[in-house]
Amino acid sequence: MIRDINRKKTVKNAWRITKNRALTCLRIRVPGGHLEARHLELMKKVAEIYGNGTVHLTTRQGFEIPGIPFEKMAEINNLITDYIAFTGQHLSTEVISSREGYPAAGTRNISACIGNRVCPFANFDTTKMALEIEKTVYPNDFHVKIAVTGCPNDCIKAHMQDIGVIGQALPEYETQSCIGCEACVKNCRKKVTGALSMVDFKVERDPRRCIGCGECVLVCPTQAWTRNPQKFFRLVVMGRTGKKNPRLAAPFAEWVTAKVVLGIMENLYPYIQQYIDKSLVKEHVGYIVDRTGYQVFRDWLLRGITLNPEARIAPTMQWSGYMYGYDTDAWDTKSTIPGSL
Amino acid sequence: MKKLLQKDEFDALLSTSSGVQFLGPVRLKGRGRFSDTDLIKYGQIKSFTDIVWDSKTYLSAKELILPITETLLDFTGTTVVQPPVEDAILVLFLRACDIHAIERLDAIFLNNGPSPDPYYKQKRDRFKLVLMECAVPFDSCFCVAMGTNTVSNFGAAVRCIEDGILIDIRDEWFTSQIAGSGTDTEFELQFPQQNGADVHVPHIKEMQEQLFTHEMWDEYSKRCIACGRCNTSCPTCSCFSVHDISYGHDSNSKIARRQRVWDGCHLDGFTDMAGGAAFRIECGSRMRFKTFHKIYDYRKRYGVNMCVGCGRCDDVCPEYISFANCINKVNDLVNESRSTPDE
Repeated sequence: MIRDINRKKTVKNAWRITKNRALTCLRIRVPGGHLEARHLELMKKVAEIYGNGTVHLTTRQGFEIPGIPFEKMAEINNLITDYIAFTGQHLSTEVISSREGYPAAGTRNISACIGNRVCPFANFDTTKMALEIEKTVYPNDFHVKIAVTGCPNDCIKAHMQDIGVIGQALPEYETQSCIGCEACVKNCRKKVTGALSMVDFKVERDPRRCIGCGECVLVCPTQAWTRNPQKFFRLVVMGRTGKKNPRLAAPFAEWVTAKVVLGIMENLYPYIQQYIDKSLVKEHVGYIVDRTGYQVFRDWLLRGITLNPEARIAPTMQWSGYMYGYDTDAWDTKSTIPGSL
Repeated sequence: MKKLLQKDEFDALLSTSSGVQFLGPVRLKGRGRFSDTDLIKYGQIKSFTDIVWDSKTYLSAKELILPITETLLDFTGTTVVQPPVEDAILVLFLRACDIHAIERLDAIFLNNGPSPDPYYKQKRDRFKLVLMECAVPFDSCFCVAMGTNTVSNFGAAVRCIEDGILIDIRDEWFTSQIAGSGTDTEFELQFPQQNGADVHVPHIKEMQEQLFTHEMWDEYSKRCIACGRCNTSCPTCSCFSVHDISYGHDSNSKIARRQRVWDGCHLDGFTDMAGGAAFRIECGSRMRFKTFHKIYDYRKRYGVNMCVGCGRCDDVCPEYISFANCINKVNDLVNESRSTPDE
């Protein structure tokens, strides 16, 4: 069989190059990580009719359906059009009516923890927010990883993303409704940052320490603590794995509104366009920031954005992490560790 | 007198009654414990649409009569100042169980000693009660078992219908307020006859030691986390602590306040005494204390059970402890220990 396949085009179309030259693998997006159960029928159908009967769950909450012959791509692209239209309702009619599958794969699926549809800790509907972000950033070929998590427990691992969105609740306190039981104070000290203290039988909150987790609201027996109904977010940026310098994302913005979050997401792309190393097949945005420095990144991301009054933006940034390529010659071996066999 | 008040007629009454405040269950959007949930609590009613008919409040109307934090006295050097006395009439919309609950509080604060509690009395005297009919009880209610499903101690009763309310007026004050509004009508108030929660209340004549020391309470020591939500949400829990606060964080400060604040038998520190002694360290003993106060001790003194079966404690316990089921467990024990029923 002659196989003349445009690799670059195929990969952008969410099909993978695999070890087996005859076979590809389809990557299905699940924005916000939440599906209608009926969509699983589609995954099953593609896997059983065209693939090898298995489905892999990706770390970004998508599906990969392996073992599909390259020549079946067009047929399957046609088959998944309704699903793509359902999960990407913002996509242009041109994209949908072409029935040519996913229009891009660079900007990855926006993953989300289960959020406040289920979880008591979550400070917002993470899937809904993920869909809003998807609308803003997809389709795009630039390689960007974004995840959304309901609270600072960060179950989705927003700290491993290029941009992680973490929900914040602004707790408001009604002094007269407080019985001074100290449940919030003790809980905050043990589980969070110790932002609360007792003064004259009532509670004082140190806004510099409060991370907006909402725990005080959860434990208050009289609801003296309630959430400001406005939703706020912390953004952590430029976390990564990879072969150079794995590191956790660091806080970039605190107490910003959804509108600011989406504006910042939108601004990321012209910044990448401006500074990406065009000699590479692809470049992760984190390495671009390493090159331009934080201040340039920050200027581009905040361009044209009106910050809400509560918003705080990090003036400088120091990422943690480590560099690979360290010298292990002086490391212990089985002969230098006492008791080692 | 029975009338139909259209929504706008009702709203007109609210806005033209001077010197009267209307209070009832209202919805605070987005203020619930979990994000994107609402807090239902007692608050001011400014229009018909403010009244929440389809949800139970988290805290009962107790917080209006017995404020969570209530200033008793301010000391300013050489003088003692009492908080100003207010005189607005307070029209309170509430359900049958909660009207019974106010009677339970009345017994504690007005009739439990040589003189009524002046702070409580001053507020209580301003209230006029409007029964909200609840023909269909909520999921966790057990008012029928507690005998609080019906009630007669109210000035007026209302039923919510699509375009307004039907009102059954029982006293002169409401008659004079409503005279000239609405149209005459006929309807019969309904009361729930059955609850989803099936509760059997034991009639304990004298406390038996085996009930007091039974191992059933040990389970609650393991489950209860002493958060106190059952106490705060209870419409009949009436315990408070008194705090004296000196202002200025200065040992020479002569400005101070005495306030009383809700307390509860499930909360840590409730039984702490001078010298460091404390009773009921184990949560199981707190549960036992509360249970027998609600369905035994209070009845011994006042002739009715303290618990009114509103089910709020079952709604709010983060550990899913059911007080209703605890009553049933005690009932089973009482029945087991009897060779013949004592009724």
